[in-house]
Amino acid sequence: MPKPEILDPQGKAVQGALPRLGFTGVTDVRQGKRFEIEFEGEVTDAVLAEVDKMAETLLSNPVIENYTVTVEQGVAP
Amino acid sequence: MKVGVVTFPGSLDDVDARRAVRIGGNEAVALWHGDADLKGVDAVILPGGFSYGDYLRCGAISRFAPVMEKVVEAANAGMPVLGICNGFQILCESHLLPGALIRNDHRRFVCRDQLLRIESNRTPWTSAYAQGQEIRIVLKNGEGGFVADTETLARIEGEGQVVARYLEVNPNGSLDDIAGVANERGNVVGLMPHPEHAVEELTGSGLDGLGFFTSLVETAFA
Repeated sequence: MPKPEILDPQGKAVQGALPRLGFTGVTDVRQGKRFEIEFEGEVTDAVLAEVDKMAETLLSNPVIENYTVTVEQGVAP
Repeated sequence: MKVGVVTFPGSLDDVDARRAVRIGGNEAVALWHGDADLKGVDAVILPGGFSYGDYLRCGAISRFAPVMEKVVEAANAGMPVLGICNGFQILCESHLLPGALIRNDHRRFVCRDQLLRIESNRTPWTSAYAQGQEIRIVLKNGEGGFVADTETLARIEGEGQVVARYLEVNPNGSLDDIAGVANERGNVVGLMPHPEHAVEELTGSGLDGLGFFTSLVETAFA
């Protein structure tokens, strides 16, 4: 997600479009990205550390973005 | 001097940049993103365009191109490196320059002849200009809004790392009207507008961009 202090022009565009469609009461919209990354087997601490490294070096730009990692168990479709 | 111009998949202004290098009195060397070799050049230009389709974030994937490993190494050793537009974005993603470039605040692509003030002629790319000189060159970008956190912004302003500033209008929402910045050492410069399109009367909007390409010669023989 863009850091709170960074302007998010795309979020602003979405926010501007919502009232035109009759959706009222929205005070802010921020737009981010979601990556779904799949691994074989257990998501161990070592795997999570790797994902953190991916997020920090390539998936996000720490200068302007924050990220969170969540684990979902289960077989991908 | 031998000046390398890197071509990434999606680069647009590499040929113009090489031409500007020649008109500026230097030898242009074509470099390829997939080669981990700078071919013995004395300086490097990362040109404008949409490298790797601007996927993920502008410059995010180019940063990890094989040639960039060598560029980063050389930049850290003091080699002059200039990033124009997409090249500026790549240098920010590489953390060779402070801050980042985000989508224009008005969300439209902008293309205009833009007035700038050269805020620092103490870089190898701007030494041909007078301090405070005003120049007009073309600006064309969709994601040219320069941002940095308050602390970083104060530091680059305080250390004189702002190289060029927008005058008359702020075309993209850049903080402090910043059009170009340098690293602490001054050898790495990023600029959002395009000096390579303003190097000869026949095809450009004037000659105001030429200084970026003649500065190297002045630096070399200073």
